[in-house]
Amino acid sequence: MNVLELRGIVKAFGDNVVLRGVDLAVDEHRVVALIGGSGSGKSTLLRCAALLETVDDGQVLLDGEDVTDPRVDADRVRRRMGVVFQAYNLFPHLSVLDNVTLAPTAVHGRPRAEAVEEARGLLARIGLADKAGEYPDRLSGGQQQRVAIVRALAVRPRVLLLDEVTSALDPELVGEVLALVREVAAQGMTIVMATHEMGFARQVADTVAFLDGGVLLESGPPAQVLGEPQHARTRQFLARVIDAGRL
Amino acid sequence: MALRRRRRARPVLSTVVTGGALPPPSELELSRRAWRRSRARRSTLVALASTLLFAVVAYLAVTRSPGWPRVQTTFFSASVALESLPEIARGLLVNLQVLVVGGLLVLVVGLGIAALRTLRGPALAPLRFLATAYVDLFRGMPLIIVLYLVGFGFPALGLQGVPTSPFVLGTAAIVLVYSAYVAEVFRAGIESVHPSQRAAARSLGLTHRQTMRIVVLPQALRTVTPALLNDFVALQKDVGLISVLGAVDAVRSAQIQVGQSFNFTPYVVAGLLFVLLAVPSARLADAVTARARRRQQSGSLL
Ligand SMILES: Nc1ncnc2c1ncn2[C@@H]1O[C@H](COP(=O)(O)OP(=O)(O)OP(=O)(O)O)[C@@H](O)[C@H]1O
Ligand SMILES: [Mg+2]
Repeated sequence: MNVLELRGIVKAFGDNVVLRGVDLAVDEHRVVALIGGSGSGKSTLLRCAALLETVDDGQVLLDGEDVTDPRVDADRVRRRMGVVFQAYNLFPHLSVLDNVTLAPTAVHGRPRAEAVEEARGLLARIGLADKAGEYPDRLSGGQQQRVAIVRALAVRPRVLLLDEVTSALDPELVGEVLALVREVAAQGMTIVMATHEMGFARQVADTVAFLDGGVLLESGPPAQVLGEPQHARTRQFLARVIDAGRL
Repeated sequence: MALRRRRRARPVLSTVVTGGALPPPSELELSRRAWRRSRARRSTLVALASTLLFAVVAYLAVTRSPGWPRVQTTFFSASVALESLPEIARGLLVNLQVLVVGGLLVLVVGLGIAALRTLRGPALAPLRFLATAYVDLFRGMPLIIVLYLVGFGFPALGLQGVPTSPFVLGTAAIVLVYSAYVAEVFRAGIESVHPSQRAAARSLGLTHRQTMRIVVLPQALRTVTPALLNDFVALQKDVGLISVLGAVDAVRSAQIQVGQSFNFTPYVVAGLLFVLLAVPSARLADAVTARARRRQQSGSLL
């Protein structure tokens, strides 16, 4: 069953039409990697899916429910999704532990003791149990992003949306974050991730979707899209990426 | 929900040397430190000497002036000062009350206006417009005029239940004006919080209100505290203006005594009391500002 489905998403900022009708279906336990040049609209698409932007046309379906219907309470929908951005994810005035327990307690109304116990368990799994009391600016960028992922997971989302979670990191920190994403994927989380890490997309994603000119130009298994791209634009893009040494 | 407060202690340098003590300073570093110390001593001496010289010159100029004996008795008479002090001090209590009540109200109203001004969406445009108009109006109008309009205009309406006490009306006028200033301070703080913080909060399912209360405002407050304290220092002296409505505060009781004794010393006494009141908050504002700056540029030289 499709956990997340995007149908004909259109989004413009003023005269700048960024998305011109994007369709994307994400099956349960699947990982979709969203690739495309800078400014192609990957972040915009994820923000539309997360209801952080109002779409100009089209539908977002979460578990079959049209959540772009204005009668739907968007706050309640967002609770069922986890989102991690490129940077500035953690709240700097809250400790790591409070960052992770905030949504479970304030949004989902779970008892604090229970939320704290679970948060400590999650932090222990990423090797950051001893950082629970620290503030985010005392953590490395990689540690911060791992905490952000764990925080998104703490509300047990139906789908995890990751927007280039490693692109603001020093190269040496990328690996630890990708390892966590890999682990989360292996446990069956449904994931849509915008990424420039083609090697990682090839290994972890079930589907790679190439966004160009406001539409999904092609999508399919990584071997196909990254190995034998059908469109000239895709080949150009991949050639540029290879030049940049990221494949 | 018990969110833990941010701890204040922070390392002075952004790059912390972990483990092991600092090695003993080299000869070079020791000589640099000695040189800096001697320079610092010299500039302190120069500053001290020039200040002293200026003070002496000013003192001589004033006390040698032909009018000084008269000025001394009419403005700086010790006996009049002592005599007027109790009344003026009692009046200052009124100012303090206005300060406390008004200060708290200003925080609440200012925050509310700021929240209205940062609302997004076309449906809320009228509210946003009203809030903007409010700020424009009361930031532009001199406080003394607002005092007159509120203090004399409201009672003139003769409405049932409208308070006529100069204390209440004076406080209201001050709150109207200062809320406009403080709203702008708050708004700057709210807008200084990175937009991703809002997106992160909303994506966790927090409502708009929760996002404001738990994520945006705590961060905004920290950046605006120095500015708020500066406005508080200004408020401390402006509460003396309620005297124009006839409230018997420090300024008004000084005025009464000036009228009785034909001696201006009570004004000086009242003025000094206001200064005494302002000094601690001014120092606090300095300290908070300095700390905020340190936090922003820990380690860097400029
Ligand atoms: N809030 C906004 N207001 C106006 N224009 C925007 C806004 N957000 C994005 N855009 C525009 O939309 C286009 C797509 O931006 P987007 O951030 O989605 O691209 P992206 O594929 O994520 O790029 P990158 O790989 O650099 O992150 C860009 O032209 C950008 O200028
Ligand atoms: Mg992006």
